[in-house]
This record gives sequence, structure tokens and C-alpha cells, in this order.
Amino acid sequence: MDNPNPKSRRNKLIALIIAVVLVGLFVYSVQDWHQLWKIVSAPDNVPIVAMLFLVPFFTWLGIRQAVRNDRLIGELESDAKLAKTHHRKVEPWRPGWAKELHVWPYLVRIEFLAAIIVTVILYVWSIGLNAPLEEPSNPNLTMNPSKAPWYFLGLQEMLVYFDPWIAGVVMPSIIMIGLMVFPYVDSNPLGNGYYTYRQRRFAVNMFGWGFLMWILLIFIGTFIRGPGWIWFWPGETWDHNTVVFDRNRDVHEIVGLTVANFSNYPNLMKYVVIPAFGFILVAGFYVIGGLFFHWLMMRAPFRLRYLRSWSEFKQWATVPGEFEQKLLANTSLLQYLTFQFFAVSVLLAMPVKLFLRLAFTIKYVWVTPWFNV
Amino acid sequence: MDDPKDKVETKQLTGEKTEVGLVERAKVSAVALKDRALEEAKDYKDPQQTQLWKSIFRVSHERSDPRNRSLAVLSNVFLHLHPAKINRDAVRYQYTWGMGGITFYLFIVLTFTGVLLMFYYHPTKIQAFQDILYLEHDVPFGKLLRNMHRWAAHLMVITTWLHMFRVVLTGSYKKPREFNWCVGVVLLVLTLLLSFTGYLLPDDQLGFWAVTVGTNMARATPLLGHEGPFGAQLGLTPYNDVRFGLLGGSIVDANALLRAYIWHCIGIPLVASIFMAVHFWRIRKDGGISGPAPVMLESEMKVAKKK
Repeated sequence: MDNPNPKSRRNKLIALIIAVVLVGLFVYSVQDWHQLWKIVSAPDNVPIVAMLFLVPFFTWLGIRQAVRNDRLIGELESDAKLAKTHHRKVEPWRPGWAKELHVWPYLVRIEFLAAIIVTVILYVWSIGLNAPLEEPSNPNLTMNPSKAPWYFLGLQEMLVYFDPWIAGVVMPSIIMIGLMVFPYVDSNPLGNGYYTYRQRRFAVNMFGWGFLMWILLIFIGTFIRGPGWIWFWPGETWDHNTVVFDRNRDVHEIVGLTVANFSNYPNLMKYVVIPAFGFILVAGFYVIGGLFFHWLMMRAPFRLRYLRSWSEFKQWATVPGEFEQKLLANTSLLQYLTFQFFAVSVLLAMPVKLFLRLAFTIKYVWVTPWFNV
Repeated sequence: MDDPKDKVETKQLTGEKTEVGLVERAKVSAVALKDRALEEAKDYKDPQQTQLWKSIFRVSHERSDPRNRSLAVLSNVFLHLHPAKINRDAVRYQYTWGMGGITFYLFIVLTFTGVLLMFYYHPTKIQAFQDILYLEHDVPFGKLLRNMHRWAAHLMVITTWLHMFRVVLTGSYKKPREFNWCVGVVLLVLTLLLSFTGYLLPDDQLGFWAVTVGTNMARATPLLGHEGPFGAQLGLTPYNDVRFGLLGGSIVDANALLRAYIWHCIGIPLVASIFMAVHFWRIRKDGGISGPAPVMLESEMKVAKKK
């Protein structure tokens, strides 16, 4: 197909060049193709490798339909007369067409077909690839790296950033409860039962962010963590003798609030000052995080041209969107606070702690004699 | 006039006794029986008219009649969770992706292959690993069976996630389906637990260390684990905390294998089946499989009145 728009053609060319450069850099940086192949082709890693393709594909499939609906919504918003008569779907429909179909055969045959296709896929997969079986279990011989099944590698990776009681127990519980309260805090009445981005930007973004983070943690756990749970870039050899000298510090040590520095008051430091300092930091994080999410949920759609004009950008960043204000007015205080709690505790705390740990080798923010965060 | 039938009749009429009567009579009734069988066989040419067929299917196979199409669904125990009719756009592949249905189908595949695997497996430290070797090398199609069970399990985790992803993108968790979304989240957890408990069963290094790593986290459960916050203060030790309860011991050993087996084969599937029943029932009660709804407009949105 000829593309008459030179600008769009130029954009495509730029995208292609960037893609080629990125692939080239990756190929250039791989030192050990055998290692990479060993990880990618491990039978139990097939699902996560598949996810790396499936998630983008289904995201694209969903977004494509959302874009089409959004275009229709835009048209109907600007044409009240059309809105009254339109059947309100992008799927073709004419007056006189039945709005409903018989389940037999139109749905039943799809179910039947899906069952056959899945069965064929399973047969091919099962004939082509064997389920892994290692040596008999031996408590005296630790596997290194010893990894959980791929879908739990996100949790295992979290162990790097949080103590086990948070990463293994509290975080999963909060994630599950957070998922369950999701429908109750999403007070937006629009977008019920059809793909749309325009009407539910914040909700879709938040869920997408969580989903992406989850997949990313699994990716790190699968492809990047080698023996000793040490960070190996893809293509690096998993060297069992690698030693990493990380000097993990707690925040209170960095600012000098240690028992050693105030040796006259060891108990006061241990039981009061250091815990209080950490508590203030965590409380401050919740306040700032809450403000951040509030700011985010009040933003009107971002346009690229704002980057070229400071006044327009300032207008966007400071003045809440009209639609967003309407949505907020629809939200009860309980809904709002519940959302904020889960958003800050998971969606923000996770990447922030990851960044602190990887960039500044910070281990704990809040140290108490009973637990550490 | 040599027809034996006539002879019999004549003799019967005249009351004359005959010694050939038995054979001839048998011949006559044989012919009559044959005629009758041929006559009745004509009825069986259409199996749908038989009593057997009607007792099983009850509905005419003639689907051009809309009433029969509806009855085909309504009078079938497996299909009756479906309504007779659905939104015409809901059957587009790209709308629902079919992930929920595929997840359920995979559950059925896993139950089927799982039951077959149970025939060859003993959940004991002595036999478990041997059984897997036996299954892989001696049992006809044993390797295929095990492979299929494992890959279907992985696939089920993937389809569950994609199903949730679609439900979020179409906003299908919204009123009145909020509760069903929660049931779905429980089913997600059960799916992961099913997969995880199955991981230990081959009793190889992979499963052993994965479960060791996984259950070690339970040590750190706040209040319930001996290494968790306030665990020690509450008197918990490795021999009475939540991890001990999960493993049936302080290490991953014979009891852990047995417990994983029972949770995997009986406990969790039973609970999951109940939740699935609720999940499907609620889908039906909340308006059937999510069809593309007509779009709403921002200008039509009502702002809730402040009280």
C-alpha cells in the first residue's frame, strides 16, 4: 500500500532505524550465545518466552479495538443528532438485522473449534518438547540458581528488594486484595463492556503498569538472575565463581544516624530514633506517592505538542482535566483512599525500592528491632 | 397349489390331523417374522425417530427451526449454562479472545491427563521418582501424558492472565460483575497453587528446591511464621508455625510430598470446581458472556449527587 503521508513515512523510517540499532547493539553485546540459548530453550522457560510475544500481541489487539471505539465516541460526542440514532458500535449493523444469535450453532461451534485447536497445540508441544526432569531430590545438594516456577519468579525477584515477610507474604496478599477491590474503587461508569482507552485512561494505565511490572520481574528472574541470584545481563556467561561486592546500606546509616555515632544512647537510638526516622521516611513516601497519583489521575490526555510549548505544558501539568474532575466527583472518599493505599503500596513502592536497591545499594529504609522495610 | 400355507389352512379347516404341520407351521411363521422385521426396520432408517434417540436427545435434529436451536441448548445439561441466544458481536474472536473458555478446557484436559497419571504414581519418597522414570520409559504414551499435563498447566496460567487482561481492557469487571471478578481472582490464586503443588510431585531437584524456596517464605509470615515479624514473640518455632503445617514437618520430606499430592489431586481441584461453578453461574446471571456493549458518552455521564 502506498503511503502518501511523508511525515508518517519518515516516522516509520526512524522507528525502523532505532529498531535495527537496538538489535545490532544487543547482538554486539552478547558474549555467550550458548548461555543465552540455554536459558531461552529451557523447556520450563517456554511459557515466559511465549508471554514476551503474547502480551504485546494481545495488547495491540485490545488497543486497536479501543482506538476504533474511541474514534466512534469522538464522532458521537461532537454530533448529538447522530448519537441519538447510532447503534453505538463499530461492528457493522443494519436496521433489521437481529441483535442476537443462537448459541447453537454460532457459539458452540467456536467453543468446539477452540477446543480442537488447543488440543492440537498441546499435542505438538508435548511431542516436540519434553517436560524437565532433574536428578532425584537431594537436600544435601543445593541447586544454584534454585528457582521457583516461572510464574512465581516475580515474587522471588522481589526477595532482593524486600524482606521475605513482605515479598513472600504481604506483597502477594496486597496484590490479590488489590485486584479484588479494583472493581469497587473504579467508580467510572463509562467503558463497561467495550474496549476504550479515552474514557478509562487512568484505570487502564494503572492495570497495565502493574501487569507490565509483574512480567518484567519474571523476565528479570528468568533471564537475568544467575548463580547466587547475581545479575547477569542477557548473553553474559553464568559464572559460578562470580563474586559481587555490594555494600548494602540502610538509609539511616547514610545520614549518620547509627548507634556507633551516638554510643551514649544505644537503646534510645535502637528503639526510638532509628525506627522513628524510618517511619517518617515511609510516611513521607506515602504522602508524596499519594500526591503523585492524585496529580496523575487529574491529568487530561497528554499531547506531544506540549513538549514544544512551555505554556501549554504548564497548563496541562497544573490545570486538572474537566473529565477527570467529573470522575473524581463520582468517587467516594473511601474508594479514593483505598485506591491510594494499594497504588502507593504496590505500584509505586515496588519500582522505587527496586531503583533504590539497584542504583544506590540501599537495603532498608525503615529499620526497627522487630521488622525492617 | 403346493403352497404349504394352504395345506395347513385346509387341514386346520377340516380338522384333519397332520404329521408335517410342525415344520410347515415354523416355515410360515418364519416368513411372517421376516416380513414383520422388514416392515419395522423401515422405521429405524431414521434414527431420530427411535425411542432410544428420543430418550437421549429429546430435541429434533432439524436445526432450521429456531425453536429446536434454542432447545438444543436449554435441554442439554452441559450447554444449559449458555443462554439460548447471545449478542451477535460477542462471537467475534477478537472481542473476547476466548481465553476464559480455553482456561476451562485446559482444566478439563488437566483433570483427564491427571487422573491417568495417578494410575502410575505413588506419593512416597521411595517410589515417586521411580514412577516418573517408569512413566517416561515404559508406560505406553507415558511421556506424552506427562508432557501434556505439564504444558497444559503452563498454558492454563498464561490463558488465565490473558483472560484477566481482556476483562480489564473491556471494563467487564464493572457493575454488576464486581463480585464475579473477585471469584476470578480467587480462581487465579487456585490455578497458581495447583501448578505449584504439582511442581514437587516428581520429587526431583527442580521441584524440591522450588518448593523449598517457596515454602521458606512461609517462615517469614507475620504473626504465623517463626522468622516473621512478631513470630518469635508469639512463641512460634520451626515445629509449630505455618510452614510446619504446610509441609507436615520442618523440612520438605515425605509428609510434604503426601500433602502436596493430596492438595494437588483432591483439595484444590475440589475448591476450584466450586468456585468455577459460581464463576460460570454468575456470568450467566449477570448477563451472559460479555458482549461488546454500545458505547456510552462522556456527555451522558451523570455526576453523583453530593449528600
